[in-house]
Amino acid sequence: MTALPTAAEWAIIALSLKVSLVAVVLTLPLAYALAWLLARRRFAGRILLDAAVHLPLVLPPVVTGWVLLLLFGRTGVLGHWLEQTTGLVFVFRWTGAALAAAVMALPLMVRAMRLSIEAVDRRLVGAARTLGATPWRAFASITLPLSLPGVMAGAMLGFARSLGEFGATITFASNIPGETRTLPLAIYTELQLPGAETSVARLAIISVLLSVAALVASEWLVRRSHGRRAHVL
Amino acid sequence: MSFDIALTYRAGESTRQCTIRSEANLVAVTGPSGIGKTTLLNCIAGLDRPLSGAISIGDTTLFDSAAGIDLPPERRRAGYVFQDLRLFPHRTVAANLAYGQRHEAHWMTQAEAFDFLGIAHLARRFPATLSGGEAKRVAIGRALLSAPRFLLLDEPLTSLDPGRVEEILRLLERIRDELRLPTLLVSHTASEVERLAREVVTLAPP
Repeated sequence: MTALPTAAEWAIIALSLKVSLVAVVLTLPLAYALAWLLARRRFAGRILLDAAVHLPLVLPPVVTGWVLLLLFGRTGVLGHWLEQTTGLVFVFRWTGAALAAAVMALPLMVRAMRLSIEAVDRRLVGAARTLGATPWRAFASITLPLSLPGVMAGAMLGFARSLGEFGATITFASNIPGETRTLPLAIYTELQLPGAETSVARLAIISVLLSVAALVASEWLVRRSHGRRAHVL
Repeated sequence: MSFDIALTYRAGESTRQCTIRSEANLVAVTGPSGIGKTTLLNCIAGLDRPLSGAISIGDTTLFDSAAGIDLPPERRRAGYVFQDLRLFPHRTVAANLAYGQRHEAHWMTQAEAFDFLGIAHLARRFPATLSGGEAKRVAIGRALLSAPRFLLLDEPLTSLDPGRVEEILRLLERIRDELRLPTLLVSHTASEVERLAREVVTLAPP
């Protein structure tokens, strides 16, 4: 037994990272747009949208997984349509694990970004407009850069949440080795086997190391871009 | 006509009316605090929307509720020096000045603005590191470099120590006499108004 991860463990790590990265990167623009809408606009249905975004945070993850199954299963409304038009299938695939992780991470990402957008002084946007900036340029040059720490924090939280995602994934995408068996699902699987305490412990340590690395990396990035006293959490 | 303004607008909980018709290129607006002086400037800059009325400055109509004219702020070309300055905290002084800069042949360059305001040595600093007087001069420079059609100055002399007040007053006199831009000056300091303005409009409760 070596201290370094085995080939099988590396495969689980790689799958977990792929699923979490894809989930966060693809959700980032949507999360920012939702955060901006909720922070800056008053419109009919705003409370409903707010509630819908936060739903995965308060629902039992297994319910979220079941709803995803209804919507994105091969016979589900969206799932059927997506398979017909783009050939994209979620159930039993790593894409399904990424979708489940994205839905579960979305509320945390939106919350972090929304707070930092709300913290941007709107009067600065007004000043930019009097200086000749269109609404779009004022957004791109004032609101977006000043809310960047929140984007980093949101991405980091979303990534950590995706790494840990279990309930919705196992319900929606199932527990397929090499396809949807991410770190938490692998730990759960090992726990079902007699005498697998060592491999459970090894996977658990890997899980802790990955999460700490994500935290440290995002803190470092934010400090580098926003000065020593900036922090993401 | 430098200013032809007749507006009805909301300030806080009440409705205000204001008329400014003047040929003078520097008009002071005074009145008790809470009367809506800053809201009036915001309406002229396009940041607040008046209830009704019309705003013409120089030969340009910025707003006319009857004719359905309402230029967005970026097309009004106000040089607005806010009471709270509103320098962009994530940009250096030079980048703040460059933000709205219009490169027009007859207008000043950034180097000339630095010179005019005496802020060349601050170019690479960030707003958080500036003193009150320095920040004020940078805010005035940023407004001037956008080649504005007119200036809106909201309490330009507050929160300055006496030495700096004289310095900014001289600067405002130079702007009035050398650049000759139509300027609205909001102030509640009588001495400042007396020294700078040839015409004074007093806002009063209805």
